[in-house]
Amino acid sequence: MDLFRLFNRGESSNSKDIAKERLQLLLIHDRANVSPQFLEMIKSEIMDVITDYIEIDEDGFEFKLTRTKRESDNSTIPALVANIPIKKMKENIR
Amino acid sequence: MGEVIVITSGKGGVGKTTTAANIGTGLALEGKSVVLLDADIGLRNLDVVMGLENRIVYDLVDVVEGICRMKQALIKDKRYTNLYLMPAAQTKDKNAVNPEQMLKLTKDLAEEFDYVLVDCPAGIEQGFKNAIAGANRSIVVTTPEVSAVRDADRIVGLLEAHGLRNPQLIINRVKIDMVRRGDMMNIDDMVDILAIDLLGVIPDDEYIVISTNRGEPAISDSKSLAGQAYKNIVKRILGENVPFMNLDPEEGFMAKLAKAFGFRRK
Repeated sequence: MDLFRLFNRGESSNSKDIAKERLQLLLIHDRANVSPQFLEMIKSEIMDVITDYIEIDEDGFEFKLTRTKRESDNSTIPALVANIPIKKMKENIR
Repeated sequence: MGEVIVITSGKGGVGKTTTAANIGTGLALEGKSVVLLDADIGLRNLDVVMGLENRIVYDLVDVVEGICRMKQALIKDKRYTNLYLMPAAQTKDKNAVNPEQMLKLTKDLAEEFDYVLVDCPAGIEQGFKNAIAGANRSIVVTTPEVSAVRDADRIVGLLEAHGLRNPQLIINRVKIDMVRRGDMMNIDDMVDILAIDLLGVIPDDEYIVISTNRGEPAISDSKSLAGQAYKNIVKRILGENVPFMNLDPEEGFMAKLAKAFGFRRK
């Protein structure tokens, strides 16, 4: 068992790592106190603005609250992450 | 003027009452005058953990309602002369008192005692608001489980919102073997997640069950590992710099070898 773990180091197969990971993500939502509806509202407004200029894959549009490491001090901070797949630029606007 | 410390957790069953009983007894052992205030109206338990359940005449609600004087509701501990308990009412509910009344009560108690320890009920409603009303210091108890840690984090936010800055963390019921196997979050993980100061770590200890059965806090027994951990916490509360108990999962090779052959380090 210990030998197995020796070769498996780095990968988080330990249940405590799963717990920590889940908690860190969960607490970002708890602390920010944002409802899914609220996030959905921001998402649709951002989508409105972007689609004026760019044709995007609306089904592939991802928008979520997550966490990231701040470069200055390496601390974990909440982050809004949007992934917006572009189909093509709208020529007539430019 | 004494200090009012609230012991809280959010989630039930993580050891708030046991912690209140042990820290209170510990402070009394150090020569301080202490009152334990059970704020869990309707579900009181501090009396039974302290072994004082047969001595209750008046309770906290009687004092607040003016049915008796404050001193009449104070039960003297069996063993320590400078330790008292003010029990909660058992037949009323959390709305029987309000935060203003609790503020006044804790203030009056702090005039008489060095330490007022408030045992907070689980939850975040009226009972919680009552318990924290007069506190100038707060302790958050949690266990290394996702549900307890999540609730602890919520409580930390609420305490700070009510002006109780710098709550301190007690991690209770740490199972050293499970931490070693990587199946329980370790101290660093927990401090990392909750990002508050650590006051102490209590190892899971069968002795807590035994001492609760007897109605005698584990801190007064030198055989109990948890009791020892509570002693360290008491010293830290009094401002001493006590190193954290070694619950390190990465034991040295010799220690492992010694353990395999049945030797215990002392």
